[in-house]
Amino acid sequence: MLEIRGLSKSFGGVKATDNVSLDFADGSLTAVIGPNGAGKSTFFNLITGALKPDSGQIMLNGVDMAGRTPPDIVRHGIGRAFQVASIFPSLTVHETMLAAVCADQRRAGVLHRRFPLAETRDRAEQAMELLGLANKRDRTASTLSHGDQKLLDIALALVLEPKVLLLDEPTAGMGTEERWRMIDKVYELWEKQKITVVFIEHDMDIVFKIAPEIVVLCYGRILATGTPDAIRRNEAVIEAYLGTEHHAGVAL
Amino acid sequence: MTELQAGQAAAVPRIETQSQRTRYRDLLIALAAFVVLASLPMFFGSKALLDFVIRCSAFGLFATSLNLLVGYTGMISFGHGMFFGLGAYGFGLIMQRTGVPVPVAFVATLVITTVVATAIGAICVRLKEIYFAFVTLAFQMLIHSTILSWASLTGGDQGLRGGIKRPVFLGIDLSNHVHLYITSCALLVIGLLLMRQIAQSPFGYTLRMIRDNANRASFIGIDVWRAKLTIFVLAALFASTGGIIMALFVSGAYPEFAYWTISGEGIFINMLGGVTTFLGPMVGTVLLLTLNDTVTRLTEYYGIVLGIVILFFAVGLRKGLMDFVVEWFAQRRDGAGERAP
Repeated sequence: MLEIRGLSKSFGGVKATDNVSLDFADGSLTAVIGPNGAGKSTFFNLITGALKPDSGQIMLNGVDMAGRTPPDIVRHGIGRAFQVASIFPSLTVHETMLAAVCADQRRAGVLHRRFPLAETRDRAEQAMELLGLANKRDRTASTLSHGDQKLLDIALALVLEPKVLLLDEPTAGMGTEERWRMIDKVYELWEKQKITVVFIEHDMDIVFKIAPEIVVLCYGRILATGTPDAIRRNEAVIEAYLGTEHHAGVAL
Repeated sequence: MTELQAGQAAAVPRIETQSQRTRYRDLLIALAAFVVLASLPMFFGSKALLDFVIRCSAFGLFATSLNLLVGYTGMISFGHGMFFGLGAYGFGLIMQRTGVPVPVAFVATLVITTVVATAIGAICVRLKEIYFAFVTLAFQMLIHSTILSWASLTGGDQGLRGGIKRPVFLGIDLSNHVHLYITSCALLVIGLLLMRQIAQSPFGYTLRMIRDNANRASFIGIDVWRAKLTIFVLAALFASTGGIIMALFVSGAYPEFAYWTISGEGIFINMLGGVTTFLGPMVGTVLLLTLNDTVTRLTEYYGIVLGIVILFFAVGLRKGLMDFVVEWFAQRRDGAGERAP
């Protein structure tokens, strides 16, 4: 269970995250939406330790993550993928996975053995299979397509076996077809892995199709939370973000 | 057990076997290299050749250790030479003032280097890119200035004079030129073997991840600061060993060993040899020392010649010699593969 309590962060006089409180149940799938500058990525950065909150708590199964370093938070079970695929360009897909498992097993500092370690292999294989990257194992990350780099980014987070997976715009920069393939993959992962997934997304068709729960942020505050139907009907959300298109869709 | 699971189970020992095999291969290559180097005095009586190899050992260790920072971790240090100087002065001073056996002085020097490198590294590795480069340079200048100004200990601008005592230890007499030569070769081979192990270990891959994307590395649970500090200290130890060899070779230590130009030469060697292959810096060392020795004999304007060579590699090839060679072979192999029916 991930519980956010009174989370706030300001940059100068701008409140990027303003007293946000939310609960993410174990195994839930939640979309975070909102206009540009709503504070969605800041919210992720606070949870994962990239930014330190001014105030508030980030409780993961009763342990406060607020103010901890990213490696510490990752070890507690919060993984993330980035809006722009964040990978290791010179490593192959296979090496990336093996090295990530090494880090997760606290063997990143091992000097007396040779890479790869046999005990890291299974998890690396599983992650590559799960994300459909097994047939590209020997490709260096920099030579992968944009979509595969995004998948590798997610695989990097997933191979650490997180309890909570944060995906910052997993479909960013993709064409329509690739976008749906990616989101189907995310949905499949959520179903198979039974982990808590929170994702930021701008494509409302995707959000309303796959997310059972939606959080709407605006100017760093929570504008609304609820099911897709409730969000589509919420007047404040329609006015601030959705416009009439998605609302009309419901009316029809 | 499914076919896939069975295949995976069989592959686990295969990975371990492959790792072991590459380790044994490296060990064999190192042994062969040592045997070849150690037998040189039997076939060539030239003292100049042995001197050349001793200098290659000192600078090879220094440059390869710099590549652990530059090539493997992406930390361009302009001050790595301070540890070369520290090794030379530390070892020279201990031998001059205490007269302990050589191995004791050797270990004591490495302990001193560890302490100094940890203190300096703890500050430097927090910084990135050009800031890291210039703060390491600042520390180098600090150490150089200390050597110059603390004349009562270091001999100031005259260096450590009067020679370094080298008591015989287990039959090894480092006053004997051949003994010194073989010891230098042994230190070089052991040092390269250890650095190769670091580069091919899980830690070596952690360094590659930090070089590629330090931010992402921290989001998979890597303590980037600690990893950078660790490699900073390890690299310092090998550079210090290079300094020790140099101190033994010249039987003293001089402020030039700790001057920024030593770091500059290290960077130059890496540019010449290339940073993408493990042996690139070693090849660069041989090239630079050969160039130095031949060009200085031919003209007093050797700086101009070296500058042109740098420009040739940096602007012409845009890579080091070994990078170029490896790429050329890879292209030939790929080309042959495409032509094959």
